[in-house]
Amino acid sequence: MSYSNLKRVDLIFDQDCNPKEIIKNTFAKTNDQIVNELLESGLKGRGGAGFPTALKWKYTAEQPDPDKYIICNADEGEPGTFKDREILFKVPQKVFGGMVVCAKVIGAREGFLYLRGEYRFLLPELESQLAKFHADLKDLKIDFNIKIVMGSGAYICGEESALFESMEGHRGEPRNKPPYPTISGFRSKPTVINNVETLVYAFMICMHGARKFKDLGTADSRGSKVFSISGDTPKAGIYELELGMTVEQFVDDFGDGDTKAVQVGGASGFCVPRKKFKETIIGFEGVPTGGSMMIFNSSRSMYNVLHNYLEFFEEESCGQCTPCRVGCQQLIKGIEAVKKGQRHANYLEHLQKLAQTMKITAKCGLGQSVANSFFSIVENFKEEMIY
Amino acid sequence: MSKKINLKIDGISVTVDEGTTILQAAKQLNIHIPTLCYHDDLCIAGNCRVCVVEMKGSRTLPASCAMPTSEGMEIMTNTLKVRTARKHIIDLLLSEHNAKCTTCYKNGKCELQELASESKISTESFIDLVPHKNYQMDAYSPSIIKDDSKCIRCQRCVRTCEELQHVSALSVAYKGDKMKISTFFENPMFEVVCTNCGQCVNRCPTGALVERNYLDEVWAAIYNPDKHVVVQTAPAVRVALGEDLGLESGSIVTGKMVTALRRLGFDSVLDTDFTADLTIMEEGFELLTRLKKALVDKDSSVKLPMATSCSPGWIKFIEHTYPEYLGNLSTCKSPQQMFGALAKTYYAQKRNIDPSKIVSISIMPCTAKKFEADRPEMRSSGYKDVDFVLTTRELAIMIKQAGLDFSALEESHYDSFMGASTGAAVIFGATGGVMEAALRTAYEVVTGREVPFNGLNITPVRGMDGVREASVKIEGTTADWKFLEGAELKCVVAHGLTNAKKVMDNVRDGKASYHFMEIMACPGGCIGGGGQPIPTNAEIRRKRTEAIFAEDSGMKIRKSHENPEVIAIYKEFLEKPLGHKSHELLHTHYKERARH
Repeated sequence: MSYSNLKRVDLIFDQDCNPKEIIKNTFAKTNDQIVNELLESGLKGRGGAGFPTALKWKYTAEQPDPDKYIICNADEGEPGTFKDREILFKVPQKVFGGMVVCAKVIGAREGFLYLRGEYRFLLPELESQLAKFHADLKDLKIDFNIKIVMGSGAYICGEESALFESMEGHRGEPRNKPPYPTISGFRSKPTVINNVETLVYAFMICMHGARKFKDLGTADSRGSKVFSISGDTPKAGIYELELGMTVEQFVDDFGDGDTKAVQVGGASGFCVPRKKFKETIIGFEGVPTGGSMMIFNSSRSMYNVLHNYLEFFEEESCGQCTPCRVGCQQLIKGIEAVKKGQRHANYLEHLQKLAQTMKITAKCGLGQSVANSFFSIVENFKEEMIY
Repeated sequence: MSKKINLKIDGISVTVDEGTTILQAAKQLNIHIPTLCYHDDLCIAGNCRVCVVEMKGSRTLPASCAMPTSEGMEIMTNTLKVRTARKHIIDLLLSEHNAKCTTCYKNGKCELQELASESKISTESFIDLVPHKNYQMDAYSPSIIKDDSKCIRCQRCVRTCEELQHVSALSVAYKGDKMKISTFFENPMFEVVCTNCGQCVNRCPTGALVERNYLDEVWAAIYNPDKHVVVQTAPAVRVALGEDLGLESGSIVTGKMVTALRRLGFDSVLDTDFTADLTIMEEGFELLTRLKKALVDKDSSVKLPMATSCSPGWIKFIEHTYPEYLGNLSTCKSPQQMFGALAKTYYAQKRNIDPSKIVSISIMPCTAKKFEADRPEMRSSGYKDVDFVLTTRELAIMIKQAGLDFSALEESHYDSFMGASTGAAVIFGATGGVMEAALRTAYEVVTGREVPFNGLNITPVRGMDGVREASVKIEGTTADWKFLEGAELKCVVAHGLTNAKKVMDNVRDGKASYHFMEIMACPGGCIGGGGQPIPTNAEIRRKRTEAIFAEDSGMKIRKSHENPEVIAIYKEFLEKPLGHKSHELLHTHYKERARH
């Protein structure tokens, strides 16, 4: 292995632990102890939005409703992300373990794992792992049950409220917020919905304590994170790295020597050009990511990259709200028109204003985040958009 | 007392109840926030995003229709940020919209057009997406035309069809740029479980859903010197037509409407009220006959409860969804179709006109009536009984086309015969009205006395609750009806098909037992019909209903069996209720339809 300046971490995939034992020990603690431990660790949601996990659990626990749910969001649909697949494949017991701990804290008897439609091949193995998990729970006399629900292939169903709609048998369309899931989620009941990786970290914090996690990373981005690294790199794959690195450090380690830009956080994330590698931190203080890191070298057309992302959004928007549905169509038609010379180059500024409107008026995170890649690519690679 | 919330909108303090949205709070301050997907009758969608506002401390602009107020909130409705965003959003909607406004049926009545005009969008700033779309036009239904190129995906129609009507003929299909409002397997509206009620048309903000209009056909008939054109007007039209002609909701315009119809060139201006009264005679005796068969003859094949059959939306609904209950429907045709059948027989004979020369037009608050008139059963005169059905809205268009100053018209009376009305017939236009009219007559037939309610006003069946139950104890019966002595006649009234479904499910599950059910497809009954002036909301429907009952209480004759022309037609033509001629002309049958 080549020289690496990045700290590799092995919390997620570490097989040297006994999930049943961790559950048993965690259930011996009070809910307050568990929440405080999580709070202390600084764990933020690993799906990309970065909401403090402890607070999500705490708010849901405080709801008086007797019926509550814990849902594991395994609808990993962000382009360039494939780390949840690996986690589910390698350490499913830890995922289930995170769910049962959350269930204890919030008072849920039922949990669901919403599995991305394209991951159906994981289902048989997951089901047999789940049977083992349920047997362990029976031994431990814990009343909790997990069901696996299959998604049907829509990107939007990774959005938590669209995911609830999908689970309830409706069309996957995001809901109005508030109310938030902690108050009204699946079946309009208080619900914790966490990303696969978040649940595993929560479970690992229960095992190791907050300190081991908190010692990693920076003030705003505690701990480590699993990255899905793809594109122009000799080392594509899945890596668990300490948070707080700059893009430059990352590229030094994973680039092919000719890296022009890194798309951090997938199609809905940000494009960092070479000139900003040094100053940009990967984490909540810089560019946040759900794990997707796409590396582009100088042979790539950033126009094509942006066009590809916009095509994706144009198709994957649920279509209900105007800014997202029509905005995506206008952005893609707009950059095509500029490229072909049908519209003046300054039309890009008009499109940037439109992207700004989408960012502040779209109903959900999908429409709001289209602007991220649009801005960061158009601003940094304007000449490629025009010529 | 609910909790109070204090907030500021545009710097003005306001106190509202907990749960109030920003949009509602702004309304209290008379601050207008434009909306599109919002509708008073429907649940909140929050999808058009036209109503976005700025909220202090928020990165995003929340949709005011969907955002609940909270303590200390500071809202700005009129900032550059809001204005820019709103203009973008309207501009985006226009870029997807077939904006050939001058040739659009809804020109001048379109909420998108109004907003675009307000925003003064002068140049097309975005790329026209219409040529890139494969928009479909569904013009196969006799009632409703659906033009996807005009659709702005606000989903008002989807919510209407699901929440108010429990039909869900329209739903969202596909996603992203291909997202559209469609039907089961994208079949034409004509072939799916659509009741033609037109409630979607009433709520569509643009020209995407409109009634099929027959304006040219009707003008052609009027101008044809060989044709004798008779027109009938439904009870609910006279309390709503004014709204499309510059008058307040709830204005009673019966006399002006009759004058206008004459001025338009109709040869004879007649009243559906006449056949509404006739319906009461036929339906009332049908109910009494069924009761007699069930109670005296112990005939187990008799279907009770008996349900009214005046509302063609309800008829199609039951044909699709509860076909096992078709035998419970009264066999009476609706007043419109009774009128049609008589116009080309009784009327033709009496006026000595060749029925083939008669063109029979009806003015209805309804789009389903257009479908009803096209049903193959509705040709018992030997011709198409009703040739063309116009909605209240279409009549208003004709009046405008003819250049009549409606509010300045003098009032006049319907022609005779088939033009006489009673209060009982007028109240057919409001939910509970058919029930009330039937009770006024049936009770008197059975006991020889008036219904025991103050001033003939059977208030328990009135009101706007979705399902209303009432029972009338029958006492002091005459010799012929002794078997009903002491019986409790149990009635139920429902309006809106979601409520109809509740009643039918209760009947099916044995949770309720009734003798007589009045069911109307539309909210509020015909006054809230799919052919009535747009907009509609609970307040407007309440005003129309008040007008209907005001018209009733002002009438000299308020019981159907006292309508002199009804008495005359039985004497001269029909002989007796449920007689041979009645069966031939005034009764019909129903057919089971597919459930999907």
